Amino acid sequence: MADALLTIDNIVKRFGDNTILDGISFSVKKSEVIVIVGPSGCGKSTLLRCINALEPIQDGKITLDGEVIERNSKTLPLLRQRIGMVFQSYDLFPHLTVLDNILLAPCKVQKRDKEEVKQEAMSLLERVGLKEKAKSYPRELSGGQKQRVAIVRALCMHPEILLFDEVTAALDPEMVREVLDVMLDLAKQGRTMLIVTHEMQFARAIADRIIFLDNGKIVEEATPDEFFDNPKTERAKQFLNTFEFDSVRAKKELAE
Amino acid sequence: MQDLAVNLGIDVLFKGTNFIRLLGGLWTALWISLVSVAISIPLGIGMGVLMTKKNRILKAVLRVYLEFIRIMPQLVLLFIMFFGTTRAFGWDLSGEAASIIVFVLWGTAEMGDLVRGALISIPKHQYESSEALGLTNTQTYLYVIIPQTIRRLIPLSINLITRMIKTTSLILMIGVVEVLKVAQQIIEANRMTSPNGAFGVYLTVFLLYFIACWPISMLAKYLEKKWS
Repeated sequence: MADALLTIDNIVKRFGDNTILDGISFSVKKSEVIVIVGPSGCGKSTLLRCINALEPIQDGKITLDGEVIERNSKTLPLLRQRIGMVFQSYDLFPHLTVLDNILLAPCKVQKRDKEEVKQEAMSLLERVGLKEKAKSYPRELSGGQKQRVAIVRALCMHPEILLFDEVTAALDPEMVREVLDVMLDLAKQGRTMLIVTHEMQFARAIADRIIFLDNGKIVEEATPDEFFDNPKTERAKQFLNTFEFDSVRAKKELAE
Repeated sequence: MQDLAVNLGIDVLFKGTNFIRLLGGLWTALWISLVSVAISIPLGIGMGVLMTKKNRILKAVLRVYLEFIRIMPQLVLLFIMFFGTTRAFGWDLSGEAASIIVFVLWGTAEMGDLVRGALISIPKHQYESSEALGLTNTQTYLYVIIPQTIRRLIPLSINLITRMIKTTSLILMIGVVEVLKVAQQIIEANRMTSPNGAFGVYLTVFLLYFIACWPISMLAKYLEKKWS
């Protein structure tokens, strides 16, 4: 796997006696989009947080381009600059304007030229349809707009890989689409992405590969068509059925 | 007009240097509270930070200190500090010094609690998203956490200043000649010539407190609105 950008090698994560991730291994190639799905509490968010070393791992190794990602290591802030992350909760800094939210890390951490970053930020904001909101404060934005800003903020650091942790889970349904569209656009540009989501149709549309996680283990790993049309394991079938059931009920409610 | 002034007892103010003396009293009250605040704020910040630490013993000690100061009436603290320490330890504190010590003890406790509240009200994901952007620990505090904490803190600490200014009205009980004491002296001295002096002089004292505290309180309100 010489061309793997990110390698997860047999990682174990425990909270006390509780094993959350139990020997997870996979790798992500450049420009690959991987969607991680699984029932709530299966450890998918924890997995993303471990990749960014927001959570320490008890065993195993995570490497980005051959460099080990370790909590409390001196090189961690440098490695984190190469990994963009967008969270479920709106995590913009409330005391800064949209533009300053985006500029903070590139200017202070990467010490890049402010004007240059500003230009880049404005063109990215334009791309996600928020150019006129540059001077607004986060509290003046809707949830969907905040998440789009958070994505731009991550992009401005020029990350090699992007992690999305259920970015639409806290949004009103009508806001979900605008955020997912931005992510689809990023996939088209050939960005390397690792996405945790509950939006199955979106997962199918965007993913090169689906990883199905249950009880802290990878139960199935397949292309989206294989996974959604012919899941090999019983657990994946059960999991997908819960969504089918949901969608039938939703349709009935619409019909009434 | 002249009669009205006499009836309300305002004429006393214009006798001799009475009004200037009142202003002098107000100044005493103000500098004691300002010095106390200036010492309380850094101590309070230190205490607030310590209160968010995980050390249980430290937490318990600070908690007891805070509750003790809150429960005790300030007047009792003033008496203990001024009269009590003289007998017990042979300290010869001036009224001003005793007042400042009590106000600092009180201000540090209150400020500590405000700082603690402001610090724990910063959501965890603010730290995490800063970390995820590659900010170092120092940068996270410098650019993300402290600016937000200060915004929450300033309106609250300004309110603490007005509370301190008002509470200085107690220190006449330990012999500090502040605005209220000066007022009493003026009223006493003019008892015969201006028997209605009490009303006019106390009314003036009321207005002086108002003029001192109102702008401060408006500033707090303005900042609160601006940063909410």
